[in-house]
Amino acid sequence: MENFEPKIIGFLCNWCSYAGADLAGVGRMQYPSNLRVIRVMCSGRVDPTFVFKALSEGADGVLIAGCHPGDCHYTDGNYNTLKRIPLMLKVLEQFGVEKERVRMEWISAAEGSIFAGVVKEFTETVRKLGPYKRNGLERGGKVG
Amino acid sequence: MAKLNLALYWASSCGGCDVAVLDVNEKILDIAAVADIVLWPVAVDGKYADIEAMEPGTIDVCLFNGAVRNSENEHIAMLLREKSKVMVAFGSCAVSGGIPALANFKERDEVLKRVFMETPSTVNPEGVLPLTRCEVPEGTLSLPEFYKYVHCLDQVVEVDYYVPGCPPTPQRIWDVVQAIVSGNLPPRGATVGATEKSLCDECKRIKQNKKVKRFYRVHEIIPDPERCLLEQGLLCMGPVTRGGCGAQCISANMPCRGCYGPLPGVIDQGAKYISSIGSIMDVQSPEEVESLLETIADPAGTFYRFGMSTALLRGANR
Amino acid sequence: MASGKANDAVFGAEVPSAAKKLRELFYSAHFIHSHIAHFYALAAPDFVMGPDADPAERNILGVVGKVGLEIGGEVIKHRAYAQDIQAMLAGKATHPVWVLPGGVSKGLNQEERARVEQMAQSCVDFSQFSLKLFEDVVLKNKGYVDLILSDGYRLVTNYMGLVDDDNKVNFYDGKVRIVDPEGVEIGKYSPSEYLDFVNEHVEPWSYLKFPYLKKHGWTGFNEGKGTGIYQAAPLARLNAADGMATPLAQEAYEKMYDTLGGKPVHAILAAHWARLVELLYASERLLELSRDEEITSDVIRKIPEGTPSEGVGIIEAPRGTLTHHYKTDEKGMVTAVNLIVGTTNNHAPIYMAVKKAARAVIKPGMEITQGLLNMVEMAFRSYDPCFSCATHAIFGELPLKFVVYNSSGEICREFQRTQL
Ligand code: SF4
Ligand code: SF4
Ligand code: SF4
Ligand code: FES
Repeated sequence: MENFEPKIIGFLCNWCSYAGADLAGVGRMQYPSNLRVIRVMCSGRVDPTFVFKALSEGADGVLIAGCHPGDCHYTDGNYNTLKRIPLMLKVLEQFGVEKERVRMEWISAAEGSIFAGVVKEFTETVRKLGPYKRNGLERGGKVG
Repeated sequence: MAKLNLALYWASSCGGCDVAVLDVNEKILDIAAVADIVLWPVAVDGKYADIEAMEPGTIDVCLFNGAVRNSENEHIAMLLREKSKVMVAFGSCAVSGGIPALANFKERDEVLKRVFMETPSTVNPEGVLPLTRCEVPEGTLSLPEFYKYVHCLDQVVEVDYYVPGCPPTPQRIWDVVQAIVSGNLPPRGATVGATEKSLCDECKRIKQNKKVKRFYRVHEIIPDPERCLLEQGLLCMGPVTRGGCGAQCISANMPCRGCYGPLPGVIDQGAKYISSIGSIMDVQSPEEVESLLETIADPAGTFYRFGMSTALLRGANR
Repeated sequence: MASGKANDAVFGAEVPSAAKKLRELFYSAHFIHSHIAHFYALAAPDFVMGPDADPAERNILGVVGKVGLEIGGEVIKHRAYAQDIQAMLAGKATHPVWVLPGGVSKGLNQEERARVEQMAQSCVDFSQFSLKLFEDVVLKNKGYVDLILSDGYRLVTNYMGLVDDDNKVNFYDGKVRIVDPEGVEIGKYSPSEYLDFVNEHVEPWSYLKFPYLKKHGWTGFNEGKGTGIYQAAPLARLNAADGMATPLAQEAYEKMYDTLGGKPVHAILAAHWARLVELLYASERLLELSRDEEITSDVIRKIPEGTPSEGVGIIEAPRGTLTHHYKTDEKGMVTAVNLIVGTTNNHAPIYMAVKKAARAVIKPGMEITQGLLNMVEMAFRSYDPCFSCATHAIFGELPLKFVVYNSSGEICREFQRTQL
């Protein structure tokens, strides 16, 4: 597992977390390159379908980051996130997926170092979990 | 006009889809007037050998119900595909796995172990399991191979049309038959026998303000018969489910379980439902969210009741 | 319905009396639909068209062609009534969503009740007509009666069926009674005791298990006194009971046993007759319940209060005793399930019956025709044409393969009726 480099998809809201990531970049803060960023207008835009699709098509972990509760550019988009994601995690677990593969964080535009820290820590978590198991639709073995 | 050749088949199915076809009642005679039923195991005495001997394309339309659980289901799906001009996935099992595909939450070997060894009425000290080939004094007996997943039809053969429902309602079946007979079918790949809008759209219940402080399981509440069930905390799948059934379950005072499948454009019915009920939860803090979620006992089983084969996250055998 | 009753037990729920009656009303309608379909679509072709008729004709459409469109219309109409009644109460006729622990989710109003009563009356008449048809077409034809009573279609086993307090046939509730091949009661159990009476055996050549009586143990595929094999479904229910709870059905019951030489009847093709007796019973019961004062009551649910744990529910499915057993956690989430479904009970008997019929029908030196093969299938069809209820591993159409051996054990012919 040593050499395993997890692929992580990050859905970052345009107004806070993406700006936070930018700040981390501008400030040349070190964080792993495992994160592929997708900018969304609001964390509330992140439909659980995006997360499931990311996992089913190659991601080993998914980060969803938005403004702190109360600070959402669209007032309450992130309250939806806050309600949806925990329910989605319950569903993930029932499907036998480690819920640690999906992480929700509130990161403001000023929190570049927090962003870098989260990415670092999350990458390690996913690295430890190993690759997300993803088989084809093979028909599977003989009985008995 | 020449009579159509029609085939109906059941794979890993409960028989309910065939019963639903019978439920078109006296119209079954009208169907017989315009179509020769060349295969219908439940009702008509026909032979597979006859199907095998057919030229490809002899069957005009095949209505295939049931999921694909084993090699025999797959074999016949391929045979019928070859012989049919139009292949229809008929009913939730063929469309998206349906109830049989709930088994995808478990691993194949767990299923076999449970059934043949652990069930309390089973006496099997030697741990006998069914074999795909087995020698007996009279010769060799074979069984189909029990697959790892429960597949829906389009995971094993190409499908031209989809008719959702568990089972599809007789009225809708009749609509589909008429469309077939008149050749008035939409482009290939379409879902027929259902609407393009959500079930909520055809549901007559009074909708006021969808805000929910707690969810109820069906046995925990006697709901108001006039008001939207989701607003009363019952996990009604109406918002993410195609209309077309006439809101049958709702009329029996029970929430929709989603058998007509996801709305057009939605690839994962469960994921969409998570998203839509997320926005009606009337709570704010993470703690409140947690305790509200405690009132949903089995989210995955509820949200993917009919769609496990097509779920993006596939389940335990993944 | 069985799962609903198992859930009542899991939750320790009390079910209001009106709800029980509604469930039984619904369930009577279910029997009417299923028995009409089984008799007319699946059994009648063999008798009305004749066992060796052209397979292309030997189906429900052929039957309609022969008995007349008008009767065909009546068949369809009454099956439709039964489906309507179920949909009226439970939203849908197939996969009703209506039974809940502690009752049902919807009641019957006055107007609906009146409609049900009317349909039920018509079903009673139609059931009597069906019995008459059976009499005219089958019983008045010596060839058929001889066939029914012939050795090739005789299987001597124990019998099982649900009975009420008076040992009368009941589909919805009661105790399971078991009688031996002589008709003597050898067991009677409540749902929660099923494990003391029934066990299941596994063979490597089938995905479906073989239930047997625990008391006798697995005795192999053997008939006669002392066998562990039992049968369920219409004939078995009648054999296991002392009679029918409604007057006309009781009359028909007596007539059947008088004609066939007393109880129990081991002639498996008599199952079709028994099915019609049950059709009449279900219709009469439907009518009775539709006239019950309580049936329009709105006290149809009581929210269960107990902590869920474990429960067993048993009903008679049209094709045999149906057992559902659930274990749950304290939230009522199922942790373990065991089911013994209708046809599974008859699994071993089906093999035995097919083998016997084949032995009787196929004789050395004989040209084997499709008609003869169909006569072997008839042994199967008297149990369950829709085998997929019990297993998804067997072909929908009978994949019987015939291997004819000569007296020294060499294969002399081998063929299949339905080839893959
Ligand atoms: S879709 Fe429903 S009714 Fe049809 S076969 Fe599947 S479970 Fe049965
Ligand atoms: S959520 Fe259910 S009850 Fe409410 S409007 Fe939609 S379908 Fe009707
Ligand atoms: S209400 Fe929902 S679950 Fe019921 S039949 Fe309609 S689509 Fe299916
Ligand atoms: S805009 Fe950042 S979470 Fe809504």
